[in-house]
Amino acid sequence: MRSETGEGSVWKHVMPTIAVRFENVARHFGAVRAVDDLSLDIIEGEFFALLGPSGSGKTTCLRLIAGFDQPTAGHIEIFGETAEGVPPYRRNVNTVFQDYALFPHMNVLDNVAYGLMVKGVDRTKRHAKALDTLKLVALADYGVRRPAQLSGGQRQRVALARALVNEPKVLLLDEPLGALDLKLREQMQEELKTLQRSLGITFVFVTHDQGEALSMADRVAIFNEGRIVQVGKPEDVYERPATRFVANFVGSSNVLSPDAARQLGVGTGWASLRPERIRVLEPREQIGALELGVTATAIAVHYQGASTRINTEMAGGQMLSVATGNRTVKVGDEIRLAWPRNAVHVMAEAT
Amino acid sequence: MTAAVQSHTRARLSDWFYRRPNHLLLLMFLPPLLWLGVVYIGSLFALLAQSFFSIDEFSGVIVYEPTLATFKQLFHPANLDIILRTVTMALVVTMASAIIAYPFAYFAARYAKGKWKAIFYLLVMLPLWSSYLVKVYSWKLILAREGIVSWLLAKLHLTWALDALLATPVIGGPSLSTSYIGTFLVFVYIWLPYMILPLQTSLERVPSNLIEASADLGGTPKQTFRHVLWPLALPGLVAGSIFTFSLTLGDYIIPQVIGSSTPFLGVAVYQQQGTAGNIPMAAAFTIVPIVIMMIYLTVAKRMGAFDAL
Amino acid sequence: MRSDTSEKPAWWLTSATVAALLFIHVPLLLIILYSFSLDVNFQFPPSGYTTQWYAQAWGRADLWESVWLSVKVATFATLIAILLGTLAAAALWKSTFFGKDYVSLLFILPIALPGIITGIALRSAFNIMDIPFSIWTIVLGHATFCIVVVFNNALARFRRLSGSMIEASMDLGADGFQTFRHIVLPQIGSALLAGGMLAFALSFDEVIVTIFTNGLENKTLPIWIYEQLFRPRERPITNVAAVLVMVVTFIPVLAAYYLTRDGEHIGGAGK
Repeated sequence: MRSETGEGSVWKHVMPTIAVRFENVARHFGAVRAVDDLSLDIIEGEFFALLGPSGSGKTTCLRLIAGFDQPTAGHIEIFGETAEGVPPYRRNVNTVFQDYALFPHMNVLDNVAYGLMVKGVDRTKRHAKALDTLKLVALADYGVRRPAQLSGGQRQRVALARALVNEPKVLLLDEPLGALDLKLREQMQEELKTLQRSLGITFVFVTHDQGEALSMADRVAIFNEGRIVQVGKPEDVYERPATRFVANFVGSSNVLSPDAARQLGVGTGWASLRPERIRVLEPREQIGALELGVTATAIAVHYQGASTRINTEMAGGQMLSVATGNRTVKVGDEIRLAWPRNAVHVMAEAT
Repeated sequence: MTAAVQSHTRARLSDWFYRRPNHLLLLMFLPPLLWLGVVYIGSLFALLAQSFFSIDEFSGVIVYEPTLATFKQLFHPANLDIILRTVTMALVVTMASAIIAYPFAYFAARYAKGKWKAIFYLLVMLPLWSSYLVKVYSWKLILAREGIVSWLLAKLHLTWALDALLATPVIGGPSLSTSYIGTFLVFVYIWLPYMILPLQTSLERVPSNLIEASADLGGTPKQTFRHVLWPLALPGLVAGSIFTFSLTLGDYIIPQVIGSSTPFLGVAVYQQQGTAGNIPMAAAFTIVPIVIMMIYLTVAKRMGAFDAL
Repeated sequence: MRSDTSEKPAWWLTSATVAALLFIHVPLLLIILYSFSLDVNFQFPPSGYTTQWYAQAWGRADLWESVWLSVKVATFATLIAILLGTLAAAALWKSTFFGKDYVSLLFILPIALPGIITGIALRSAFNIMDIPFSIWTIVLGHATFCIVVVFNNALARFRRLSGSMIEASMDLGADGFQTFRHIVLPQIGSALLAGGMLAFALSFDEVIVTIFTNGLENKTLPIWIYEQLFRPRERPITNVAAVLVMVVTFIPVLAAYYLTRDGEHIGGAGK
């Protein structure tokens, strides 16, 4: 028997249900290849992030799942059913839009109940259901208000509630937190994560903010120029980036050319070393047993509050960026740096 | 049909249109296109086709044989005179309207805030939409010998000025209501709102931060106007001029109510197709404003005037 | 474009504006004045005031027949215009196709070309096709430019419609028709109404094209006034008729303004 929640189930690990499957999907707009030969499996119940810079194809990908766009080539399945050619109103998928797209001529309750109204559910039932969903997003008392009277954060929750009222199998979120300020964004991240856990619905969300993706998602897909360059758990993507692009897009990294890597004795091929893994040694401190060390001159020192960013240059010209709590280094100082050997990750590809 | 069947059919129809959005667009577009295409363009072509026919001078019957004779008649001095007179009037009216409209539109765009915005808008919209004929008629009252203009000038002891003006050759006349000056005044009056509205909209659309940027970079108000505001508001001005120019070209009522008896283009067309029954000649005459307006519209479109409408 | 609240406009600017305002409105005010004047000519100032002309006009059967005809024509023309104008705007709103420029030109010609051309063209077409003049020939002419008015109004409103709202509706399960009914129509409704009101005013007042399309028996109110222009003795009644036209066109225009203005507040789509 499969248990209700996915976590401890044996069956789930053996045979996960695929919520969304892309097989060699392409979406071309004339000469522009928004999405090119993309294949992806999103597992039921996971919080999946599509991460990438603007124009990388992640939003197009989301729209293909929702049904607002149709693929030029390839095959899309949603819970085993073919999705190409199916209009959005026939899919068991709902979307939270980037601009929320709330209906201005209806109040909050009617907005949330809309999905039920078009299905023909009668007034009492759908209002009750809408109210329940509003309780989920802590806006139970806001039913009679109009969208124009709400704050940004409140509108976002209404959009969320509206999308959840139909109990979709997949919930799509298009850069949902982009317009919120930092504190609100962090709060919403927590709430979304909790909500997803308790509902068990597959969440697919698009963002260009890598911090957001790393903190919320179970798995992340990194997009670049219409293709997926890496898929994996956040730690995998961060600690072991597959390509230079991923290394630099997800967090920042010191990217070592094959020559530099060989010089330092860390490996053959392009390598990535995260700035926060490098530490500045005290004057009489020894390098650790499992560490590598170098000497470098501090070129620039940027105080950033929680940490300090020191850009250094080694004897041979190689630049290394260090993120450290050390506040004593000044520009021009000769300092000794050290990092654990296994902090250097040799990347599979050259790009 | 039961409700279930109805919604089922509706759903299937919706799916079908969803897969073929162009079909839906075509279906929506066809009725209006047919109307304008058949009714409007069709009758327009029918008229223009007539200009290739001619009228038998003696019997007054239209001869349905293609000929260019009617067009040649356009170039008779008397007819050329009419065309020239009308075009000149249209130009003068357009310029005068622009000059009067600009300060007003500028003021309304720049200095009217809150409820004043609404008031200004209404103050222009209402006369625009109030009856053309009523407005022409009102000027007949105003310009009449015993009317308000004479009364006002008499009070200000300026009657001599009016007489001097009326004594001017060509544009003067026995009285205001039978002179070109009168016609000119009425034309400007009637078309002024058509000039103000697109101009005002255009001026409003100029983002205020551009004005500020110009000032920040050292531009005087005059320079800012000349280099920033004027070019950006130009489409609105051109859009307004389309109306003032075109409407003056073709008007046949105003010159008859207020003006001397020398005909304008519109009047000539009216007379030709009316009492004279000379449809080919009337059609030939209408080609002139059509050609002029086509050229004008093409130029105006390039200048972006269509977006300002 | 807004200037500093502390900035005051130059004196010459203000005077030019006020002068223009007076220029626009005084003639209309004068007509109202004259309709109460005791004199039968255009004497200013009037020797006395009276409401007898209004009483006389009330009894004029021919005047009221014209009013009624104008109302009928305007209603039909407006209905046709709302239907066809909205269809055209909906079709053209988001589409790009070869020849779209020519189509937008087509939708501007009826108001960009002088009315006399439209009038004569329609009349000769009627002659050629042997269509007798009737209320429908008038409606045909009016509807043509009324369509353009509604079209422009509707198009402007469609452009302010947020595309993501329509997607949101479909995403939530509404098909095309439901989306139109529940989402699109409420949003554009006010613009359609406004366009319709303007079309009504336009048709009610129209004379330039109507002269050619009405035949001898059918007299709309503007035609009635036009014929009166050449009858000096009837001036006072004509003044009353003029005031009547002003009032009837004033109301729809005011209504149209309030309708489109409120729309600005509603249109705060999403954010």
